[in-house]
Amino acid sequence: MSEKRLRVLVVALLIGAVELMCRLGVIPLAVMIPPSQMVVELGRILASGEYASDIAVSLTNVVVAAVLSVILGFVAGLAIHAWPGLRDALEPLLASYYAIPTFVFYPVFITLFGVGSASIIAIAVLLAIVSMITATLNGIDRIPRVLRKTARIYRMPRWKTALLIELPAAAPYLFTGVKLSVAYAFIGVIASEFILSGSGLGYAIAYAYNNFENRHMYALMLLILVTVTIVNTALNHVDKRLQARRQR
Amino acid sequence: MIGAAVKARSDSLAISEVPAAVHVRLRGVTRVFDLPKGKLHALGPVDLDLGRGEFFSVVGPSGCGKSTLLDILAGLSRPQAGVAEFEGAPIRDVPDGVGVVFQEDASFPWLSVRDNVAFGLRRAGIDPAEIARRVDYAVGFMGLRDFAASYPAQLSGGMRQRVCIARTLVMQPRLILLDEPFGALDQQTRLLMGDELLRLWRETGATVLLITHALDEAAMLSDRVGVMSTRPGTFIDFVETGWERDRDSRVVLTPHFGDITARLWDKLRVEALKIMSSGQA
Repeated sequence: MSEKRLRVLVVALLIGAVELMCRLGVIPLAVMIPPSQMVVELGRILASGEYASDIAVSLTNVVVAAVLSVILGFVAGLAIHAWPGLRDALEPLLASYYAIPTFVFYPVFITLFGVGSASIIAIAVLLAIVSMITATLNGIDRIPRVLRKTARIYRMPRWKTALLIELPAAAPYLFTGVKLSVAYAFIGVIASEFILSGSGLGYAIAYAYNNFENRHMYALMLLILVTVTIVNTALNHVDKRLQARRQR
Repeated sequence: MIGAAVKARSDSLAISEVPAAVHVRLRGVTRVFDLPKGKLHALGPVDLDLGRGEFFSVVGPSGCGKSTLLDILAGLSRPQAGVAEFEGAPIRDVPDGVGVVFQEDASFPWLSVRDNVAFGLRRAGIDPAEIARRVDYAVGFMGLRDFAASYPAQLSGGMRQRVCIARTLVMQPRLILLDEPFGALDQQTRLLMGDELLRLWRETGATVLLITHALDEAAMLSDRVGVMSTRPGTFIDFVETGWERDRDSRVVLTPHFGDITARLWDKLRVEALKIMSSGQA
């Protein structure tokens, strides 16, 4: 059996087991509804448009946070790479960055940006940007010296070398940063919405939880899982193609 | 037939004379690197004349400055002293008409074989119809026609090196610099690639400078071989092979090939022993 089939089988078995335990009452309905009902409820929610504005708010925040993280992280990565002294100083901090619980800074962001999307995006960017900085540094480091020499043989100006040689050569590593930034942007936005928002999917889940609306809560959780899976699958597909070309 | 490739010259292993039409001229070329531990005198002073259309190889012990010499000729590095000239003009930057093939795989992994080969032509703003014509020729010449749409990752090391040679060939260089281009290949592939290189050299009429560690490669391919000393590298011997222009890898079967290789090794052995005794090896 292929790895892919085995993976699907494991997930299907887990979902089937949860479905069975819910149906048999091993897991009480007050705790969790069966996965099949989550799917039905999700379909109903999407059709009714009940949470359309929350979905739009969350997705917009994720997109803005991911785009900002990728752009700012890339630029910061270039700057740090160009200044070896700064790199030597920052590298230990970057390496241990994810040991810091970023969410502890939420009061600071509320003070700075108020309650709303700006604070949420700021926290998500803070969470996501370092993976892009690290990926950019890694990507530039790994550009083979011989490719830069080849560019000189073609008498290419510096900007053309950067655009036509260095950027594509580093692309697979940069894309790893993009992938991680998107994942962290999702985590940052949804988690922040739980604590400092009056809208968005995170807020809607927290609201449903506090009001014992289990059906809504699980349907929204499923929506987030499905969305993240789709986005991740698409990014993995692109990543796989880039990695395949990198292998020599 | 094989013997016909060897010119009937009694002095074929003699110290060479300066070729008539000088294409590349080096006079007193010296390169010193500033390193954190101090200065490193890597090369020179080197004097060298390459005739137009000559196939010249450089052999020497590791770290003797062979690649530094190539970098100076390619305009990638400047000597601290002396003059390097190509077609009568001092080499200050990468000169027009010079192509380089490196030892490392320099193919662009994100481009297909065809786009790799066309890369330099597109940068030079050449007419698309002319690009297509030249690329078709080079891809066919290097035996890559069936792989034109493939990406480098799908090719063997030898084929990727052919892509790099084709990419150099399409630019129609008048001076081709090769820095151990077959260093990473197995012996059989190296011999066959050598045949293709000779074919390319004959067809283009370009002057070729080959840097190599392999004495047999130098002896088989070259009109003349320069032997370099340990660092700082200078030429301690020039060996004329006496091969006819129309030759291929079968020259390795001749006794003359053994004579050339023996002469090269005789000189190089002394230099290699110097390195071993100094603990640099």
